[in-house]
Parts: sequence; C-alpha cells; structure tokens
Amino acid sequence: MADPRPDLSTSTAGIRSPNPFWLASAPPANSGAQIQRAFEAGWGGAVWKTLGVPIQNVSGRFGGHAIRGVRGAGFNNIELITDRSLEVNLREIAETKRLFPHNPIIVSLMVETEEEWREIVGKSIDAGADGLELNFGCPHGMCERGMGSAVGQEPRINERITSWAVKYSTVPVLVKLTPNVSDIVPHGLAAKRGGAHGVSLINTIKSIISVDIDRFVPEPRVAGLSTNGGYCGSAVKPIALHMVAALAREKDFGLPISGIGGVSNWRDAVEFILLGASTVQVCTEVMLRGYGVVEDMVDGLEEYMRTHGFSTIDQMVGKAVGSFREWGDLDLNHETVARIDAGSCIGCQLCVAACHDGAHQCIHPQESTRVPRVDETECVGCNLCQIVCPVPGCITMEEVDNGFPPATWNQFLHEGRELRPKKGAH
Amino acid sequence: MQPRPPQSRSESAFDDYKLPLLRDAAVAEANRCLFCHDAPCIKACPTAIDIPQFIRKIATGNVRGSAATIFDANILGMGCARVCPVEVLCVGACVYNELEQPPIEIGKLQRYATDIAYDQGWRFGEAGPPTGKRVALVGSGPASLAAAHELRRLGHACTIFERRAVVGGLNSTGVAPYKMRADRAVAEAEWVLAIGGIEVRTGMEVGRDLTIRELEGGFDAVFVGSGLGADSRLGVAGEDLAGVHGAVAWIEAMKLGRVDVSSVRRAAVIGGGNTAIDAVREVLGLGVPHVEMIYRGTRERMSGYAHEWAAALSEGAHAEWEAVVTALEGDRCVERVRCVRVDAQRRPVAGSAFTVAADLVILAIGQSRLGELLGALDGIVVEGGLIRTDAAGFTGRPKWFAGGDCTNGGKEVVNAAAEGKRAARAIDAAISGKGHAHG
Repeated sequence: MADPRPDLSTSTAGIRSPNPFWLASAPPANSGAQIQRAFEAGWGGAVWKTLGVPIQNVSGRFGGHAIRGVRGAGFNNIELITDRSLEVNLREIAETKRLFPHNPIIVSLMVETEEEWREIVGKSIDAGADGLELNFGCPHGMCERGMGSAVGQEPRINERITSWAVKYSTVPVLVKLTPNVSDIVPHGLAAKRGGAHGVSLINTIKSIISVDIDRFVPEPRVAGLSTNGGYCGSAVKPIALHMVAALAREKDFGLPISGIGGVSNWRDAVEFILLGASTVQVCTEVMLRGYGVVEDMVDGLEEYMRTHGFSTIDQMVGKAVGSFREWGDLDLNHETVARIDAGSCIGCQLCVAACHDGAHQCIHPQESTRVPRVDETECVGCNLCQIVCPVPGCITMEEVDNGFPPATWNQFLHEGRELRPKKGAH
Repeated sequence: MQPRPPQSRSESAFDDYKLPLLRDAAVAEANRCLFCHDAPCIKACPTAIDIPQFIRKIATGNVRGSAATIFDANILGMGCARVCPVEVLCVGACVYNELEQPPIEIGKLQRYATDIAYDQGWRFGEAGPPTGKRVALVGSGPASLAAAHELRRLGHACTIFERRAVVGGLNSTGVAPYKMRADRAVAEAEWVLAIGGIEVRTGMEVGRDLTIRELEGGFDAVFVGSGLGADSRLGVAGEDLAGVHGAVAWIEAMKLGRVDVSSVRRAAVIGGGNTAIDAVREVLGLGVPHVEMIYRGTRERMSGYAHEWAAALSEGAHAEWEAVVTALEGDRCVERVRCVRVDAQRRPVAGSAFTVAADLVILAIGQSRLGELLGALDGIVVEGGLIRTDAAGFTGRPKWFAGGDCTNGGKEVVNAAAEGKRAARAIDAAISGKGHAHG
C-alpha cells in the first residue's frame, strides 16, 4: 500500500495555512492582484506588504550580489513600506479573503502612536486579516523616522508597542524581528513579554550591496547617491538559521516561529522547520523567479516528508534543535580523516591546493597517478577537501576509533576527562 | 601594414563553425572551471598557457589580465583559440571528461579574451633594449612569428624573409576558413609585428632571391621556419587532367583567391589526414553536393582527428575506406577515380576494382619536404626531408636554428608557436653568450 500523502498544512501561532510557504511582507505581496495570483500558484499564505502612512519611494531600489556568476545570490533593497493608500489596501485585503478564504492573510503593520496602532489594527482585522505582523525590522528609511528596526533594537519599546497591538487585536500577533542586533534572544523575549503570539525572523540585514567602482558610489544609485539597504536572499540564510535556532532552543521563549531569510526552495524550508519554524516566508526568490517557484517547494517538501516518514509538519518542527549546542559540549575526542575514493577521483587536485594552502598540508600529489594521497596521521578532519571536491561522494570523512572515550571541553574543564593528542598542531 | 588578401575570395563563403561566446555565456562557462591544481589542461598545451588562471580572470571581468596570461605564453593565442584541435589538447585533458561532464570550452574562452584584446587594441610584450644582434627568419608562418616576437622581447633585431606576397604562412594559406579566414591571419601577423623592429621582406625566397651564404654572412643567427613544400603526387595515370589539384595548392587558391566549383557535382578527396578532412568540409561548404573521401586505410587508422571526421560526416561527407587509387580517368577533364580495395597489409584485393565518379579530385596525401636546401650545409642533418634539431631547435651548425613543420613534419599551429618561441630562447642564449653557446 502506498504511503498516505503527508499533510502539509501547518499553523504558526494559530494562523492556519494549507502549506508552510508564505509570501513575506515585501514587493511580491504588495497588492491584491499579486497575492491572488500567488494563491492560485500554490502559496499557502501571504504577509501583506506593511501598511502604515503611505510613503514615497525612490527610483533605484534594488541591488544584487553575484557570486561566481550567479546573479542575485544576495540581494538588497531600499524600498520602504507600502506607498498605496490604506483604503485601497484594506479593500483588496477584503476582496482577496473573499476569493481565497482558506489562505491566511497576515497584515504587516508599522505606525507610531498607540492611537495609530489601535486604529490600524482594528481596520486590518475588519478587512479580514487572519493575523498581524508587527514590522519592527525595516533597517532603512523607516528607522530614521523612529519605526522599523529602531523599535526592534530596543527591547523596552518593542515590548510596549507589541502590548498595544496585542491589546487591540482579536487575531494572532507576530512580531517581526530585526537581525541587526548582537543577540536575538532578548528581543524575542521582549516580544513575548509584550504578549506576542509568535515571532517572524529575520528581517533584512543592514547592508551596502556593492559599490559602482567606475562612478565611486554604492548601489543602488539614486541621483548619484546611495544609502544602506536591507540584505536578503540566499546568502543570508546561515544568519537567519542561527537566529531562528537561538530562539527555538531558548527555554524561556517557546513562541511559534515563522522563519524568514534566504528561503529559495523546499530544502531551505526543511532546514528552517527542523530548527524550529512552523512556517517560512519567501520574498527574494519570488522577486528573481516569480510565484511559480512554489510548485517545487510544495512538491519537494511533500517528497521529503514521504521519504523521511513525516506525516505532518508538526512532527518536523524543531527536530534539529536539540542537536544545536554550545561549542563546549562537542566531543573533542571524536576523530575523522578524509578518504579519497580513487575510483571516482577525476584528478583535479582541488583538495591538494585547498589542504596545502588553506588547511593542514596533509593531502599530497603522487608521482604515478593524479589521485592525491591523504596523510591520515596529519589529517585533522576539517572537511575542507570534501567541500571543494567537485565529485559527489569522492571524498568522505571517515570516523577513526582512537580508543578515547568522548570528552567535551566542559567535561575536560570540570571533570578532568582525558583528551586525545592533538593532530596537526605543530 | 602588410599586404591584404584580395577582397574577393572563395573562403569568404564560410562563417565560423564554432560561434563565439557572448559575455554572459563566457562568464558562466568560466565559472564552471574548477581551477585545478597542477592542471592537466596546461600540460596538454604545447605553449603551456596557464589556462585556469586566464579563465578565472574572465570570470571576474579581468579580461585584459586574461589576455595577458594567454599572450605571455603564446603570442599567437588569438589564432590558436580558433584553429587548435582543442578536443585532443586542453579540452581533451579537462578533468570534467573524467566526470563524464562537458569539459570546459577552453578554446572559446581563449577566443573571447583574445578577440576583446584585438578589438580594444591592447598589446602585450615590449621590445627589449637593443642588443645590436640581428636574426634572420625564413618564412613568416606561426613558428617564425612566435620566434621573432620572442627575439624582439629579448632585444634582437629581426628580418623575416617570406616567399609569398602575404604573411602568415599556413595560417593565411591553409587554415580551414570556418576556423579562421586569411584576413584574420594577416591581422594576427600584423598584431604580432606591431612589437616593432621586425623587418618583413615578402617575395623573397631563399635559394632564388637570396642565398644561404648571404643569410649566414649577414646575420648573427638564422631561424628556419619554412614549413613544407608542394603537394605530393600519387604517381598514377591521369594526374595531369584538368580538375585534379593538390590539396595545399587548392586550399591556398580558395583562401587567397577564387576557385570555381559551381559546375562540380561530385568531388573526391584522396587521403585520410586532417588536410584531407579540411578539403572535404571546404568542398562541401562551397556547395558541392557529393564529396567522397578515399583513404587507403580504415577509419580507425586515419591520421585525421575523429572529431573532425565526425563533423565532416554531419555535413554530409562520404568515404571509401581501404581503397587505393590506381588511375584518374577522363577526357581532358577528370571524370572518375579508379580504385582497388586493399587488405590490412594494403595489398590489392583481386577483383575489387571500382570507380568513383568525380569531376573534382583533390590530392591530400602529404607535402614534399624542403630540407634538402639546407642538407648541403655541414652540420645540418636532413632526415626524410625534415631538418633535425635538438629539443631547443638548434640544428648543430652554428647560427642555424629551425622549428615548425619543416622540423616536425606538419603538426599544429600551436606546436609551431611553441617551437618558434623555444628556438628564440636558444638563439638568445647563443648570440648573447648566455648558457651553452650555439653560435
């Protein structure tokens, strides 16, 4: 009998969604027509582009970071919150809810005074919002006006404004956190104290995407000048994963998380979910390739769940959090060495250059063959050769039984456990 | 400026069969390069261009640096990018072949960087401080051009003697036009000569317009890069019929002038080397509907490259394998080729005679060798018509060096470029009193 189809439906803070893929509050979620097309394409939910006092944007809003010829591997923007009138946005929210009653619309908000918060929370809920997301993260333009990341970087202000929104809201409230802080945990806890039902993170990272080296001005250029923007796209995923995991494993936190930051495909989404997110939000990949990318996200996630024996998203959420520890809890006596499979080696010797110049000088060319030799007595098991090897499976990191029982740094310090002799430290 | 090939040439009918890369495609391909350590592609290149390095520079947009890397190793890098059989050299050595993935398009990337260098008018390599020494170079093909350029970097004055009106040697007269046309080859020669201090005397044939003694007496060293001679003949009846041509002569006529194949319905090319395959593809490209290659051996044993024959086949070529020509027949003009099958030992098979209809026959069975001219000089050994040299290009007779086809019997342009440059270093050592003296 075929496996039953996994259930992709999920919820974050009680906001139910047919799948974990939400459009993030950003240009792809700017209007009703766009979000309706996104729902038709298969997106589970959408966080409506931030409502507030409509702003005026600049020409020259986006910049891309290319890595080895891959354009848009990183991305930044200096666009602000919605530039459309509140009435139009609210009308389109209501219309979209009517057309897609099962797809959650979370309305992102950013205003200043308690009275403004009371008013816009009420109007958003009246229009049909399934949840609210408080934009405490925007790192450009809005923060200069005392909003966005200016709020997110001050736990007391974060807590106070969160409490206003929660007070006036009848739907779940998510606080969107800025990564432009040294430690995310106090900010997540501040949102919790304010009464938030969940958090979403990360917002964009303060950045200069590039400099036009002919005109001597950073990008994007606006009449010969530029400003810092918010960095996003695939390149920020490692930072986002860390911040999501940091909150997920914080004992005093415990709120649901909507993960954001470089989610470009189902695989990225799985990683966020395993580190504690119950939904993920996507912007850059849609900006680069359109709404159609969700088809593979849904297919890929479903196939992953099927092959890994998950029948619900809930079973996956946080599954990798427990294995994320402090460095001092890692086993120093665990030993691996690189092994090169001569049969699949193509003789490029990238591992030789990497090991000699970037690691511990233990992979050597041989006279008779292009296949290099690993000096296992010197190999520290750093993984660099495996990372540069272009042949899948050719270099493996093999565990060595050195006879030493496990011993972490903390165990060494506090219990006097014996550490194995160091390798490569000469 | 060197004399140009005439405007009206049959070869103008050909466009490049391998299309150039546009910027984005070049950058994407460059980014695929693994930047191998001790890279096999470099070892496969006779001029040892640092291929991973020039490719990396394309990837980062440092095209000038990329071109500098190429031209520092091989000043004929623009032409070689087009005419090199990369499939059996650098590209054939790419480690991606081991992975059964498409190898890096090294030739196209080299063309990308070098074409931009030419378009931008960038120049690489400066003349060294004058040494007062003078070197004569016989022939203006790739070997002599590479030698002269390197000699100029070392500060020696150069004079090139070229028997034709057009410089470039086989690059101008012999390269398949779908790889590089004569005007581009002449432009390349000019670009190389722009280093200055190289006098080019066209219409000057050694043995006719100047003597060997004059060369030896008038210069501190002589580099012989005279290539090979006229097309070999079959030695069968009917070889002088109209419509029968030697391949090298016919190709030169097609490249530097006009050949008329408008009335040719069927052509036959005799031979199984790369010149034969070139001729097949050229005749096909000029619109002759049926072209038959007739080769005495098997497909597996032909010296022409497999990838070239595969291309010819895809263009509609036909072949008769293990067939030897016994006569060319016709009434004034050739009409058919009479053949007989041979066995593995090339012995005729009784009763196997047959004919191939052809109103154009091109003989691509090799070229005569010119070494005899020098054979009379003490200390120079000529073997099988080829000038014998040591690994550095020294002939054994003081002052005399040689390289390219006249020593190797007919290899690639890139081999000639490498041998010319190597000989230049040896000449420098000899006439400057550096190292072991050959002067």
